[in-house]
Amino acid sequence: MDKIRDGLAPLRKVPALWWQVGLLAAAILVPIPLGDYYRSVLWRTALYIILGLSLNIIVGYAGMFQLGHAAFYALGAYTAAILNLYLGVPLLLSLPLSIIIPGLFAYIITRPILHLRGDYLCIVTIAFGEVVRLVLVNNLFGITGGANGLSSIDRPELFGLVLRAPIYHYYVVLFFLVLTIFAMRRLEHSRLGRAWMYVREDQVAAEAMGIDTTHAKLLAFVLGSSWAGLAGWLYAGKLTVISPDLSKFLESVIMFCIVVLGGTGSIPGAFVGTLGMVTLPELFRPLKAWRDAWVGVSMVVMMVLRPEGLWPSRRVQMEIRGEKEEALAAPVNPAG
Amino acid sequence: MALLKIENLHTYYGHVHALKGVDLEVEEGEIVSLIGANGAGKTTTLRTISGLIRPVQGTITFDGQTISGVPAHQIVGKGVSQVPEGRQIFSTLTVTENLNMGAYTLGGDKEAIEQNRRRVYDLFPRLEERKNQLGGTLSGGEQQMLTIARALMAQPRLLMLDEPSLGLAPLLVKTIFETVREINAHGVTILLVEQNARAALKVAHRGYVLETGHVVLSGPARGLLQDERVRKAYLGEK
Repeated sequence: MDKIRDGLAPLRKVPALWWQVGLLAAAILVPIPLGDYYRSVLWRTALYIILGLSLNIIVGYAGMFQLGHAAFYALGAYTAAILNLYLGVPLLLSLPLSIIIPGLFAYIITRPILHLRGDYLCIVTIAFGEVVRLVLVNNLFGITGGANGLSSIDRPELFGLVLRAPIYHYYVVLFFLVLTIFAMRRLEHSRLGRAWMYVREDQVAAEAMGIDTTHAKLLAFVLGSSWAGLAGWLYAGKLTVISPDLSKFLESVIMFCIVVLGGTGSIPGAFVGTLGMVTLPELFRPLKAWRDAWVGVSMVVMMVLRPEGLWPSRRVQMEIRGEKEEALAAPVNPAG
Repeated sequence: MALLKIENLHTYYGHVHALKGVDLEVEEGEIVSLIGANGAGKTTTLRTISGLIRPVQGTITFDGQTISGVPAHQIVGKGVSQVPEGRQIFSTLTVTENLNMGAYTLGGDKEAIEQNRRRVYDLFPRLEERKNQLGGTLSGGEQQMLTIARALMAQPRLLMLDEPSLGLAPLLVKTIFETVREINAHGVTILLVEQNARAALKVAHRGYVLETGHVVLSGPARGLLQDERVRKAYLGEK
């Protein structure tokens, strides 16, 4: 892997802007020669990158376990569907609420449990994901459609154009993906981003430095969950059929794996992770029954060979690799 | 009026009654040392002042304002910084990044941050030489300097140091205490917790001796250095 990286070194000399423009152009052009199936695969890939990036705020930046992320994804989709089916709100107009409502739920749910440490927090989030799924299955207030979910949601309409073909949806999702990446990069380098980094590294020290750690962690949850709601909204717009399966535990696990396998805290990592967890299994559909085995094996191999993920953020790589080197160097490094 | 005034402070660690009515005062511009054996409650006192632990009873007043019960992150903003025990720096962040963290409460005030950084680098030229190095690669003494420098970035009026000499070579201990005196000369009030009682009393104006959660003795540092009991119990003399 590192050899490959060295081999790619000359490519690093190309200015970053060229890369960005080139990749964006490629992303726009790629679906044109492809058929609808592959266009849908591309759409799915971009959607899961958004989901991965949204979870990355919570897991990567703020360093908290969240294994119930799919619940907020489902909440975003259901918000859009319910507004559309019962109140006749066009899909495009339901976007703000599809973002706000999951964020609100995240606030209510995580506020009382923020003081929990890693593994305990993780258990509570798993439970929350399952609770949301069961509530949806049990047809809350008779509006969630039970186990069958909700169907025949109106297709989104943009300036009179009904978005039906997969390629339109791909471009919509691509637009939001670019927006997400831009936002994440800004967030990473913002004051809040730094606060998250300090909280992740050492909570007590962060608190002693004047950071409101509860507030910082809460913001990570609310922002990440709202973003997942956005992905849910995108999903509802394309599929027009949604079911409680959106909040399945496996969905949360896939999102978590995207973040961890790709590289915690890293934006390109979410791309690589999605490729491995979503796109490849989709393309090798005949082998799909083997997917769970593939996930398991790749997890074990990764943890042994590359614990920091495929495309880690430099910081996390230093943390994981550095510890080993420090441990080796410790005996010859006396204090003082 | 005293800058920091603690009255009848009681703190629990779970079921352990760690502070049993501590009274303490620090005047503006002073260096005050808090000495005592392991488990006497020195660190607990500091952690209670900085808001990391909530007192069960008693009041802490800083500059006329009650700060007991105020969350830690707000206390930093009021001008109280703590240098935690055991050099808790962020080993994967560079020296500059560690310092920026200390200036978190200043927000986006770039000018003030730059000014503080300048002051801190003047105080610790060694850190400027290593500003792009990772915290974890610094020597023990440099790491201790970095924790002090980081706390100074918040422009504190009261700087609280917890065992700054812990685990350092004697020569470095001397340097650290000289630095403490220098910081004080710049107008920062200092509350120092130390097991190295002799060094701590030498640098301080006044001192308090803590034993199992009580203040058993207090007074001018020079007087304490001469005191029979202190000499026996803490300075290792017969």
